[in-house]
Parts: sequence; structure tokens; C-alpha cells
Amino acid sequence: MIFDSEVLQITVLSLQIAALSTGISLLFGLPIGTALALGKFPGRSIFLSLVNTGMGLPPVVVGLFVAMMLWRSGPLGELKLIYTPLAIIIAQTVISAPVVTGLTSAALQSLNPHLRLQLYGLGASRTQMILMLWREARLPLLAALMAGFGAVISEVGASMMVGGNIRYQTRVLTTAIVLETGKGNFNFAIALGVLLLVITFLINWALTSIQQRAARR
Amino acid sequence: MTALLEIRDLLIERLGKIVLSVQELDINKGEVLAVVGPNGAGKSTLLLTLARLLHPKTGEIRFRGIKARDESDLSYRRRIALVLQDPLLLDMSVFDNVASGLRFRRMERSKIKPLVDTWLDRLGILDLKTRRATEISGGEAQRVSLARAFVLKPDLLLLDEPFSALDPPTHERLLTEIKTLLIDTHTTTVFITHDLNEATRLGERMAIILNGVLKQTGTPEMIMHDSKDPEIIAFTRQ
Repeated sequence: MIFDSEVLQITVLSLQIAALSTGISLLFGLPIGTALALGKFPGRSIFLSLVNTGMGLPPVVVGLFVAMMLWRSGPLGELKLIYTPLAIIIAQTVISAPVVTGLTSAALQSLNPHLRLQLYGLGASRTQMILMLWREARLPLLAALMAGFGAVISEVGASMMVGGNIRYQTRVLTTAIVLETGKGNFNFAIALGVLLLVITFLINWALTSIQQRAARR
Repeated sequence: MTALLEIRDLLIERLGKIVLSVQELDINKGEVLAVVGPNGAGKSTLLLTLARLLHPKTGEIRFRGIKARDESDLSYRRRIALVLQDPLLLDMSVFDNVASGLRFRRMERSKIKPLVDTWLDRLGILDLKTRRATEISGGEAQRVSLARAFVLKPDLLLLDEPFSALDPPTHERLLTEIKTLLIDTHTTTVFITHDLNEATRLGERMAIILNGVLKQTGTPEMIMHDSKDPEIIAFTRQ
């Protein structure tokens, strides 16, 4: 199985999609989470509640929503994204962005609130102050990244609904496991499951190593 | 004496309530002004206002004759330094902590090292230079916090009860050392404290804040012995 080119293609595609979704989530989640943690604006607590609710969004509901949007007759149908890897990336970003946003916000709110005043009092600009707070909260922020990645690499419902599990195009490890189980190919399904677990472990191990090195620094 | 900072008719509001009123206060260049009052009187509010971390509802603050609204908060804050009761050190080495304010000002790396080393030495913590700031004692942490402020050579140094959380021997030692440093460097300083003994030892002048109102300013002798205000008399004789 290890040398099977189809398995290799599925694995690489799974990793690419999960990495891109997590990356995009970070791009949105880090600034929005920071604004929610540090900002004072009307509706902040409602927005924070929405983000926290979003952290537990069922992937099939996200899949349904994204599929409706991208469906040929849907509002974004003309983009012809349904059943493409990009559709899976969109759905997975919707799943992981609230996770990254919520955990970023929680990480920054756990810092001493006077730290901001102290940094300003030492002459930090707003950007320098935020960068310093991110540095101070680097351990929980890395945990947010791991949680975001974990949410997408293991997700199956949305990928199936918007990707369609098309061979060589949108089949990822989780949807392949579902397919092989459905066909009764339990050995192959188990092998794919073990592969998914090993990959997830290796990536989290790498991130944890970075996190722990940062903790010692 | 030349006034470095002039405050007129200042009102600070928080949650719709006036929490501090200062009719007139001048802080002279090179002096140490001790702002004294009981807990919750509005001392820290004054300090945060002087650091432009709180903005007044009404009134005027002039720094070197320039109105606050004519200079950006960032540009002003880069001429002052703030030390809080909690040292709030960053999770990095002692050296990097002391260098942080200089780095915010984008000072060249080659200039930072000798400056930081000098102030670590003056505060007696040069041997801690490579230690992680989160692993040092409370007294050492407050020394780092003070070195981090002094290294900036601020036009105005703002100290918010920096000794109050220290044990008595450390408190005594640090107070004596800081007094010497302030005399040597002629740093204009506003020092907040609820401790009259600290205020009279460190302050050349004192300002008394009671219930959100700046009641009186004067030399420690004047405030402690000659004040006619019954509230001040009650406070100083506690």
C-alpha cells in the first residue's frame, strides 16, 4: 500500500488541503481573534459568542451550507467550484477559522491586562504591542494552530459533500476511508486510517516540539 | 524652576463618573514629585493620564509647553517611561527585557548592548543578564523593570508604587538605591505611593490626592506639618 501511487496522491492532496485551510484560517483567525481580545466595540460579546459557537460547528452543516452556495444553481455556482479541491478548502476553512479565532482570543485574554499598558508605557506602537502580545501568548497560539489543523485533517462530512470524493481529484484520506469501509475493504480502510493517524501525529509532534522549544526559550 | 508638565482644569471620567479632578499641577524639570493618597483615591488614574493611556474629558496638559493634542501619543510616550507595581516582565531574557523599549524606538543593535549593560550594572543585576526573566525573584524583577525604564533616559519617569510588593529589606535597599539614581540622573519623576514614609523620603515635593481630587501640593514638610486642610491632616496623621 505504501508504494501505491493513488494512496500517495490522496495523502499529498489531504495534506495540501489541510495545510491551506489551516493557513487561511490563521490569516483570518489571528487578526480577528486579536481584535476580539483587545478591542472595545459594540457587539463584541455577541461576535465572540458567535465565534465560540462556530468552534463547535458540525462539519456536515458546513458542508451543506458551502454546497448550497457553490451548487450550479447557487449564488456562487458560476464559479464552478463544487466538487473541486478548492471547494473542500473553503469548507474546511469555515470549520477551522472559528477554532483559530476563538483560541487566539482566549489566549490573548489570558495575559495580564496591564501588560498592554506597560508595553505602551515603554514606547511600543500598536503593531509592536500586538506582536509582543502574540510572542507572550505563543504557546497557546501554537495550540490554536494545532487545534485548527486537527479539525480539518480529521474532517469527513464537509469534504464528502462539497468535494464529492472523486478519484484522483477530490478524494482525501478521510473520504477514501469512508468509501473503502462502504465497499467492505476493511483492511485497506484500516491501513488508510493508520496512515492518517501517523501523519496527524507527525505534524502535531513537529508543532509540539516547536511549542516546547518556545516554552524553554 | 521650569515646568516640564503643566496640568490645568483636568477632569477624568470613567463609566460616566468623574474619578479625578486636578485644577492645577506643575511638574518641574528634574524634580521628584510624590503623589500620595489612600487606595482608590485616583493616583494611578493620574499616572495613566500622564502616560497618555487615559484621556481627559476636559482640561489641558502641556508637555514642554506643547499641548497634548498637538503631539501624537506614540511620539510623547517615546519620551517617557512607565514602571508599574507589577514588573510585568516579558517571557525573554533579562537583557532582552531591558532592551525592549530601545528596540521599540528602533535603536541600532550596536548602541543597545552597552546601554543595557550599563543599566544592568547600575541596578546590580548584570549577573542576571542571560537569565530568563520569569525565573528571577520579585526584587530582582522590579530591578529589571526599573533598568528597563532608566535605560530609555526618559524626559519623564512615571513610577506606580514600584516597591509596594517587595519584602521590607528589599524595599528599603531598593528605595535607597533609586533615590541615589534619581539624584544622579536628574530624572523628572512622578512617583505614586500610598506610603507617606516612602513619599517623604523620595519626593522633593508631594501632591495629595483624596477622593479623586488633588487637594494640595508642597514640600513634604509643608504637607506633613503645616497643612490646614482637615482631610489632609486626618490622612497624614493616620
